[in-house]
Formats: sequence, structure tokens, C-alpha cells
Amino acid sequence: MSAIIRVSNVSKIYEGGFTALKDVSLQIREGEILALLGPNGAGKTTLISTICGITLPTSGTIDVGGFDSQKDFRGARSLIGLVPQELTIEPFETVMNTVSFSRGLFGKSHDAAVIEKILRSLSLWDKKDSQIRTLSGGMKRRVLIAKALSHEPRILFLDEPSAGVDVELRKDMWEVVKSLAAEGVTIILTTHYIEEAEEMADRVGVINKGEILLVEEKADLMRKLGQKELQIELQEPVLALPESLASYDLTIEDDGNKLRYAYETTGNRTGITALLADLAAAGMRLKDIETRQSSLEEIFVGLVKEKA
Amino acid sequence: MNWHAIKAIYIFEMARTWRTLAQSIISPVLSTSLYFVVFGAAIGSRIEEVEGVSYGAFIVPGLIMLSLLTQAVSNASFGIYFPKFIGTIYELLSAPVSFLEIVIGYVGAAATKAFIIGMIILGTAGFFVDLRIEHPFVMALFLVLTCISFSLLGFIIGIWAKNFEQLQLVPLLVITPMVFLGGSFYSVAMLPPVWQTVTYFNPVLYLISGFRWSFYEVSDVNVWLSLGFIFIFLFACLGVIWWIFKTGYQIRS
Ligand SMILES: Nc1ncnc2c1ncn2[C@@H]1O[C@H](COP(=O)(O)OP(=O)(O)O)[C@@H](O)[C@H]1O
Ligand SMILES: [Mg+2]
Repeated sequence: MSAIIRVSNVSKIYEGGFTALKDVSLQIREGEILALLGPNGAGKTTLISTICGITLPTSGTIDVGGFDSQKDFRGARSLIGLVPQELTIEPFETVMNTVSFSRGLFGKSHDAAVIEKILRSLSLWDKKDSQIRTLSGGMKRRVLIAKALSHEPRILFLDEPSAGVDVELRKDMWEVVKSLAAEGVTIILTTHYIEEAEEMADRVGVINKGEILLVEEKADLMRKLGQKELQIELQEPVLALPESLASYDLTIEDDGNKLRYAYETTGNRTGITALLADLAAAGMRLKDIETRQSSLEEIFVGLVKEKA
Repeated sequence: MNWHAIKAIYIFEMARTWRTLAQSIISPVLSTSLYFVVFGAAIGSRIEEVEGVSYGAFIVPGLIMLSLLTQAVSNASFGIYFPKFIGTIYELLSAPVSFLEIVIGYVGAAATKAFIIGMIILGTAGFFVDLRIEHPFVMALFLVLTCISFSLLGFIIGIWAKNFEQLQLVPLLVITPMVFLGGSFYSVAMLPPVWQTVTYFNPVLYLISGFRWSFYEVSDVNVWLSLGFIFIFLFACLGVIWWIFKTGYQIRS
């Protein structure tokens, strides 16, 4: 698939001298959902702001749909919709007016049908004449999403979309994201909630201290870097491990009723066969066994530690 | 040119005017009426005529300018400062709009509002004194040019301001004194010679003088000098705006 955004060797040094992005290169494919995962202060918002034109890169170039983000800023920016991290929104306007304003700002003529469809999809239609300041935080975030979608962008950025968001909005939001993705809209979301990346994304990029550590297909990433665990339930509890099992990475759990064995799926030998044989030799009888894939969270913590 | 964007900004800004209608329109009308009562009635009973014009009528152009200048500056500065303050500027910065389009939208709206207020004050003044406008076109020209150039000044102030104090300080400490000392309520000829000289350094004098000329054909300085001055001021503001545009001063980091 072709890249719709090409970030090439972008660095960003803020006025105070702080380096928020270090030589970042990233290609975002048309139509994908990319999750940018990283702890607070990693540079996620800075990267988005640089792509959207809110801040200028100190060096490097960004290409959006064939337009240079600085030389052809009109072409580049008209493709993008941005839902910012903070609830920054004009308090005294009505929902309808502020969404129409956004559409105009992005160079599109007024289209009542499009705005209605967007407002309905975000359950904002019956609030269309309310002043924004009268809305709850969750509703305000819906309005920000509606504003970002008002000009029917081909690329949508969601900066920490689920920060401080209730369950219902989260559900609605993912519905909207999924239907946009189905229409071919490219979606980039940043998050430090791993479940979100895990649940939504096609690909995951991990960013820390202004550097992209890796970008992988979500499934590949989990397979490649994933540790697996084997959970063994015993017939009779054990208090201590016999000598013959000392060489395995085993932990006793649940008052000796369970053993947990961690292994790398990437290695050729998982050691499972040997372990099971040695367990039998030690006279332990098994009630049940279960394997578990480690979550992105664990992968992520591992990655960040590795780089530090 | 992204005309849709200019229109969107303009409508958005004008909507703010309608929302704050009381503040926007009633307050200048009220203060003008008060000026008429205080200056026109109290002082006017002592100074009957200035250069052949009744005192009440003489102060009308100055009164209009006073409101026009403060309104243009405060509207345009607030218009661009507020998005910076609450953070909604992100949308302007991420939109396919050029700085020029942003300026046209905000300055256009602020100038329109100032113009409307000027006309309302003119109408209000008509209730208190007999107005005579010798050169309506020249008057309209002065009005429009003043609205635009001082809205540009306000826009520059709004970009420059880092807090609300700075935003309010300039109109309060610079514009209002300049208007009061620029011959709004008197003819320069009424001042002692030293103060006459000082007054000629006040740019607002040229505005008010030229504007008053369009009403009564009386002026402190030549009307062409006045027109020339306002153009110089307009271009100076455009120059600063162009510089802001080139350097991205205080807009994009
Ligand atoms: N305008 C700014 N000036 C100076 N430093 C900034 C500015 N904005 C962000 N930073 C710094 O850059 C780093 C990355 O910030 P940000 O991109 O907001 O991270 P994230 O969105 O991943 O939490 C942080 O250390 C932050 O303090
Ligand atoms: Mg952030």
C-alpha cells in the first residue's frame, strides 16, 4: 500500500532548547489505523503538531498526500482533520456554528447534509443549538471530533482520544473510527493506553524520548516480541520446587496450586516438552495447562527498558 | 485565496458581535450620550462656538473617532488574542489558510463592527445637535480607512500581547489619551503655544482634524495632510503585519 504521509528525518527543538523529536522518519499508509504509543512527554503531540502545521519542524520534511507540508501547506492541510488532546474549544458558540466554521476554514462550501450526518453519528444532533460551554466534557470532545470531520478529511489524527472519556463515548468514538476506516480514511491515534492500540490499530509505532523505536504490524509486533506464559494447574499443591526443576524459569502461585513458566515464542526451543517431562518425572500431576500471550503493555515496558 | 475560510472567520467574529450586542453597541451609545450631556451641555453653555460651529456639533467627529479607535483596536486585538488564550488557535494554524486570509477575516470583522458603531454614534448625535456633513464621501472615506487601519493595529496588539493586561493597557494608556489630547473636544488654536506644538506630534490630531473637515470644513491641519497621514499609518500597520507573516512572530513556534 502506498504511503499517504512521509515524515523524513524530522527533528524538533523547541525555543527553550529542548529536543522533542530526534530525526524521526515514519511512513503512514493510506487507509490504515496507526497507533502511536508512548509515555507522557514522548513527543506524540509534537509529532502530530508538526505534521498538521501547528509547529514547524527544525529540520526534515513532511509530505502529505504528495504535498510538502510547508511549501504546499494548503494541499497538505486540507487532507487532514485533527482532534487535539486538550478540550480547546470556543465556549460561547453553538455546536452547529462551530462545526460549520471548521468546514469553512478548511475551504469547503457549506453543506447542511454533511454536517447533519456528522452530528448525528456523534449523537450531537439534538445539541446542535446548544452553546458549547453548557456541554459536559465528553460532549465537548464529541464536538471536537465533529469539527475535525467537518471537511471530510482523508486523514484523521486523534491525539489521546480516550483521555478522560466515558465508556459510552469511547464506544461511539470507536464506531465512528471504524466506519471511517471502512471508507478508506487513514487514522492516526496516539495513546498511552496499550489496550487501545491493541484493540484498534493495524500497525503500532512506539515512540519514546522523541525517537520512534519501531513501527510494526500489530500482530507481528506481538508475535515477534511477545513473551508467552504457560500456566500449569497442579492436582496437589507444592511448597517448593524439586532440584530437578531448578533450571526452569518457574514461579509458584496460588499457594502452590499453580506454576507459571515464561518462555520466548521467538526462540527455536520453548523448553515446554522438556519441562512437561521433568514435571512428570518429579511426580507432579497436572490438572490443566493454559498459555497466555503477553499484552502490548508488557512488550512496551520491555522495549522502553531495553532502550534506556 | 481560501474565500470560504475568510468568510467563516468573518461570520464567526460577527457572531461574537451579535452575541455581545449590549456591550458592543449600547455602551458606546450610552457613553456618547453622556459626553453630550457633560461636554455639550455643561461646557457648551460656556463655549458657544468654535470656529463658527456650535460646540455640541464641533465635538461630534471627535466623539465618533474616540469610539471608533477604541472599538477597532479592542475588537481586533481581542478577536485574535482569545483563540491564542484558550488554545483554539490550533485550528487556524492547522487549516489551509494563509496569514493574509486570517488578517482579512479578523480585521474585516473588527473594522465592520467599528464602522457600524461609528454610524450609530453619528445617529445618536443627530438627536442632540444639528449635524451638517459638507463632504459625505470624504467622511465615509475617513471612517473606512480609520476603521481598517486601527483594526490592523489592534490585530498586531493581539498577536503581540502575552496576557490580558497587555491587551487592555494599550487602548487604555495609549489610544484614549491620544484621542482626548488630539483635539476631540477643542480646537488646537484654543491651546497655549507650547501645547499646540506638542499636539502636532499626536497622530490622532490629523485623523480628527480631517474627519471634522468633512463635516464643517474647519480643520486644524490641511485635509490632504490628514489623508496622507492615515495612509502612512495604514501602510505602516500593513508593513508590521507583513513582517509578522514573514517571521511567524508569536504565532507558530
Ligand atoms: N511548546 C513547547 N516548548 C517547549 N517544550 C515543549 C513544548 N511542547 C512540548 N514540549 C516538551 O516536549 C516533550 C514532548 O511533549 P509532547 O509532544 O506533548 O509529548 P506527548 O504528547 O507524547 O505526551 C515534553 O517533554 C514537553 O515538555
Ligand atoms: Mg500529548
